[in-house]
This record gives sequence, C-alpha cells and structure tokens, in this order.
Amino acid sequence: MDITEVPTNQGSKSKKKKSKKSMKAKTKVKNEEVEEERSAAVEKMNEPAAAFPPTFSVSEIKNKQRRHLMFMKLKQEKRKQKLQLKKKRRKEREALGDKAPPKEVPKTIENQRVFDETTVDPEDEEVAFDEGTDEFSAYFNGLTNPKVLITTSDRPRGRTMRFCEQLASVIPNAHVYYRRGLALKRIIPQCVARNFTYLIVVNEDRQVPNGLVLCHLPDGPTAHFKVSSVRLRKEIKRRGKDPTEHYPEVILNNFTTRLGHSIGRLFAALFPQNPQFVGRQVATFHNQRDFIFFRFHRYIFKNEKKVGIQELGPRLTLKLRSLQKGTFDSKYGEYEWVLKRHEMDACRRKFQL
Amino acid sequence: MDERSRLCTVWVGSETGILKGVDLDRKQAFNFCNTRTLSREQEVRALCWGDSAESELLMGCSDGTVRTFSTEKGVFTEARSCGDAQEGCFSGLASLRGSAIITCVECGKLRVWREDSSGPVAELDAGSNVCRMRQSPVDQNRVATGGKENGLKLWDLERPEKPVFTAKNLRDDWLDLRRPHWVKDMSFIPDSDKMVTCTGYHQVHVFDPSTPQRRPVLEAEFGEYPLTALSLPAAGDTVVVGNTQGQIALLDLRKGLVRGCLKGLSGSVRALQCHASQPLVASCGLDRFLRIHSLKDRKPQHKVYLKSRLNCLLLASRELQDGGAGGSAEGGAEQEVKEEEDEVWDSMDRVEEEAIKRKPTGGGGEEVKRKKGGD
Repeated sequence: MDITEVPTNQGSKSKKKKSKKSMKAKTKVKNEEVEEERSAAVEKMNEPAAAFPPTFSVSEIKNKQRRHLMFMKLKQEKRKQKLQLKKKRRKEREALGDKAPPKEVPKTIENQRVFDETTVDPEDEEVAFDEGTDEFSAYFNGLTNPKVLITTSDRPRGRTMRFCEQLASVIPNAHVYYRRGLALKRIIPQCVARNFTYLIVVNEDRQVPNGLVLCHLPDGPTAHFKVSSVRLRKEIKRRGKDPTEHYPEVILNNFTTRLGHSIGRLFAALFPQNPQFVGRQVATFHNQRDFIFFRFHRYIFKNEKKVGIQELGPRLTLKLRSLQKGTFDSKYGEYEWVLKRHEMDACRRKFQL
Repeated sequence: MDERSRLCTVWVGSETGILKGVDLDRKQAFNFCNTRTLSREQEVRALCWGDSAESELLMGCSDGTVRTFSTEKGVFTEARSCGDAQEGCFSGLASLRGSAIITCVECGKLRVWREDSSGPVAELDAGSNVCRMRQSPVDQNRVATGGKENGLKLWDLERPEKPVFTAKNLRDDWLDLRRPHWVKDMSFIPDSDKMVTCTGYHQVHVFDPSTPQRRPVLEAEFGEYPLTALSLPAAGDTVVVGNTQGQIALLDLRKGLVRGCLKGLSGSVRALQCHASQPLVASCGLDRFLRIHSLKDRKPQHKVYLKSRLNCLLLASRELQDGGAGGSAEGGAEQEVKEEEDEVWDSMDRVEEEAIKRKPTGGGGEEVKRKKGGD
C-alpha cells in the first residue's frame, strides 16, 4: 500500500514545484532571498527526507559587480564579528584578573601530530641494543675519528664549489676534492682504504646545490637529502667573522622516531666527539616537520642570564629522500626507508623523523 | 611463556638475533630470547617448521647454528652447529621428513644433517653466491637453489651428484650482449612441475622442467629495483613479489601483467609469505614493520612495529586471526546447536527480529531514493 501512495504524492509535489518555478521566471521578484527562503521552506514542508538546507551563497550571484559587493560586505561583517569577539574575550580576561583561565594553545600540525609507534623509548632494551651495535657504534665508542671527504657532482659550477668549501670549514677534518668524473662506487673503496668515515656528495642543478648524499663508511648507511634555501656566508646579514678551526658542539633537535634516531646519529658522527669549547661554535640540526634546518653559530655568555649568538653560516635546509643500507648503491642497494610521495605525506600531521 | 608461544601465529626473525612471535588476535608481539646474550652474530637468517604439526621451529643463525624452538613449551630446546660463519649466512633451511635438516649457505654448500650423527649425511655443491634455497612442498627430497651468476638448479637429494634441472641463461639481448643472472628467490608452483623465480634485475621467470626448454617459459618485469622476495598465494595464477624499495605487486602468471600493488611499506622487503588457506600475505623487511595485507582488496590488515630490522618470516598454517577466535567460536556454536535444539530456535527468533527491524529502514531508504528519482 505504501508503495502505491508514494508516487502520487510525488507527482503532485513535482507539479507544484514546476508551477512555482515558472512563476518566478515570469515575475522576477526583486527580493530574491525572501522568495528563495520561502520556496525552500515550502520544499522542506513537502519533503522532509531530502534535506537541502536553505543556503545563500555569494558565489551564486551571477552579476559580477554585485557579487563582488556582496562578498566585500560579507567579509567586513565577519571581520567585525571577529574583532568584537576578541574584544569581549579580552575584557573578560581583564575582569577576571588572576583567575582568568589559561590561554589556549594554538593548534599547529606539530602539536596535533599523529602518534608514531616507532618513537624511541629511551628505556627500551632492544632498541638500545640495536643502536649500540649499529654501523656508528665504532664512532660512538670512541674507536674512530671522523674524516670527511666532500665532493660534488661532475663539473661543479658557481655556488656549489663555494658551498662545498664553506661546508668543509664547518666540518672539522674535511677535505674537498674535485670529482674528476669518477664513479662513486670506485671512489668508495679508495676512501675506505684511506680511512675516511664519510663521503659527502653535493649535487647541483643549474649552478644551485639541490641534493646531498651522505654516505657513512666503511659499511653504510647512505642517506640522500634534498637541499634547499642555501644561504652562503656572503648572503647572510649580520654574520660574524669566519669560523675558527675549533671542533664545534653539535645540537640535534627533535629526532624522535627510530628513523629520526638513525638520521641523528648519522649527523652526530660527522663531527668529532670532543668539542673544543674555546671556539664557542655550535652546529645545529633542527628537525621540524621533517625538514632539517642546519645553522652554524658562535655564542657568548654576556652575563649570567644573557647569551648572544652570531650566525656564521652557511645556512641550509635538508629533507630526507631515502636511507639506504650499505654504502652508496642506488640501483642494487636495499633501502631502509624511501620517501613515497602522496602515500606517506597524505596525512599532514604524520611525520617520519 | 608457553601460553604466549602457543597463541602466536606469525613468527619473525630479526637482525638482532631475536625470534619474535606475533599474536594477531590480541595484537601483541613477544620476544623469545635471552636479552642478555644478544649479539649480531646470532642474526636470524632462515626460519622453517621442524615438523608437520608445527610444534617445532627451526631457526638458522648467521654464526652457523641451527636452533630448535618448541612452540609448545616456548623455549629453545636444541642448538647444533651446521657449518661455519666463514661460509656465509644461511640462504635456506628446511626439514626433511621431520628428522633431518637441509641447510644451504651462501657459498653454495647444501648439506643434509641427521639428528643422530654430528657430521653431514650428504653434501652437494650448488655453486657460489647462493641467494636462496627452497624445498618443494610436494616432494621433500626436491630442493631448488639459485643465486648471483648461478642459475636456477633443481636437485633431487636421493641423487645429489647432478641437478635434475638446470636453467639456461636468457638469450643474448638485441645488442648480442650476455644477460646477467641473479636469482633472488624461487618457489614451486603447486599442481605442476613449474617453478617461478624473481631476479635482481627486476624480472620474474617461470621455468618448466617437464618440457625440454631450459629457458624460462614466461618472463615478466616489475618496477626498476631488484626483486627480493616472492610468494605464491593459495589461489593460483598469481605471484606476489617485493623489491628493495618496498613495492609489492601481484603479478599474473598467465600473461605476466601486474594485477595490483600492495601499499604501505617504506623499506626493502626481506621476506614475503602468503597464508596457506586465507587470502593474506605477510611481509617484513628493513622498515621494522610486519605488515599483513589482504589479497582480495589489497588493503593492509595489520601493521606491527617490531623494533629491529626483520629478516625472515614464518606463518602458521592455521588461521591467523579470525580463525583463532572467530573460527573456534563458530565451531563451538555448531556443537551447541547439535546438543540443544532450543538454542537453535532462540537464535532463529533473534534473526527474524533483526530482519523486521531492518525492513522498515530499508524500505524508507527505497522511498527516499524513489522520491529523488521522481524529482
């Protein structure tokens, strides 16, 4: 029975609608909004199931000038409301005085971060064992001293060479070599034979450094970074005098996950373990939203409370592309981690490092 | 300890030498080892079941020992030395009729060990750089080996002098250059003599020893990176392969086309195994996660973080998860039905009620649809 009734209902409704529409077309009433609302209300009464809320949107206005006007009005109104709300809140706070509730922490994608199960627990025995016996254990146990070879992609030009030189002034015991068109896989055994512990290859595109391969020797791992926003010493304002040859201190910030720990250890092993505090120089690797910011500073304690810092440069931003087990072998090597775009960064609140 | 080990359905061997059992029902992972005696020399390189009842598990460590783990008791019961650390890591491990062990090391020595004698009973040389040795599930005397510059060889352990089948290298390419060989993993296709291999040059080959052709009868390619592991699902015609960048794909064995990819991995695949009866595939690798994907919709079902790099993987042949709870519950329900008929009627009533409840809502939905259609 129900089924037979429904279509009749429907028919009448559709007829009504049609007639209304034709009416509209003929008369073209000025106050459209009211009419629309009324029709919407009628529709609502007729069919509660199909719930289309009576919305008025500026983008539906066909006349461009009028649309623009309405949009400006809307924006102004919104702004007014916002300001009023702000004023009200401030007054409330002032009225309450000390009893005022604490200010809300602004929402950022970092403090809304999705929990990562690989976050390293410092008391975890297994991870501690894994880290204690990895490829960097020789360095962290004080058995080896870092010795770094810096080279570039073939035929470096312009900024890349200067960037390499400045990098070599930051990293103690670093040697810059011209690439001479040699294959990396043939360089690596020679480096191992000469007791190098790191091979850094700076890649360039159109005279701008854009990639960095950081290969720990003798048996890996190899990390590949994207390099962006490189500022050489000359381009930094208010920089200090050129850095001295003292071993700098190293600060590693925010490397929390298991992958982050590996990367942090990779950076830490670039520098000698005993910083010379006389030099008052500090190299910082700050990780934020998977971007690693490198800065090089000189500090001074002005008095008991104040510290002055002075940037020495260069400045650069790194983003991890891949971490490969073993020394450089991009074709047949096994990757421990690869950045898969659109798959891994689909969630903006998920971070890998 | 014993309870935990009995519940585990997935066993994983890690680079730190820890045997891990995962209970998917309760989403728990257990470490079965002594944390004080950890060392990287005990890195687990191969895992296999010691007997057909799956109460014993054999674990090949890279220092050349094979340890026996009892899943009933949850302890290591036995350890025996099967070769030296100098000969390379184990590339394969299998049990022969429950009493003997077949081991294969990277240098190519394939040995059969019996429980009563300390030395190997039989030994054969499968050539250098063996990447994988696998045993045929049908005939336990048949094993296949293959590696770098070492083509697929099929051996009969009764006649260890000569391989039963040796694969021939691929035809030279269009520049008349020799094509290199690098078998990374292989598997026996059930209900036929055929074998499927995956190579370090991102190819998948199907060999058919029953025909005189010694070159592959089918060649398929996937991706650009070396394929590291492969597994055959219970439902035939496909093969699951994984590569060094953590891409897993289902390939069709009839034409060699990609049927679909499994997403979610971030590091190299070290081991893959399909479940014997369910449409599930488990993968583990350098990203330290054990992942279980459904082969039907290719969606990830489980993801377990296991803290170390994982080398090898072993699934129990009983149902992994729902089987543990759901399957037994269903079985229990059936028994109850047999015992008491009243319960049957109770349950039927309940079903009817549900149906009645559903009807009006379903009808409503239909009405709405019709209305929309009418408009």
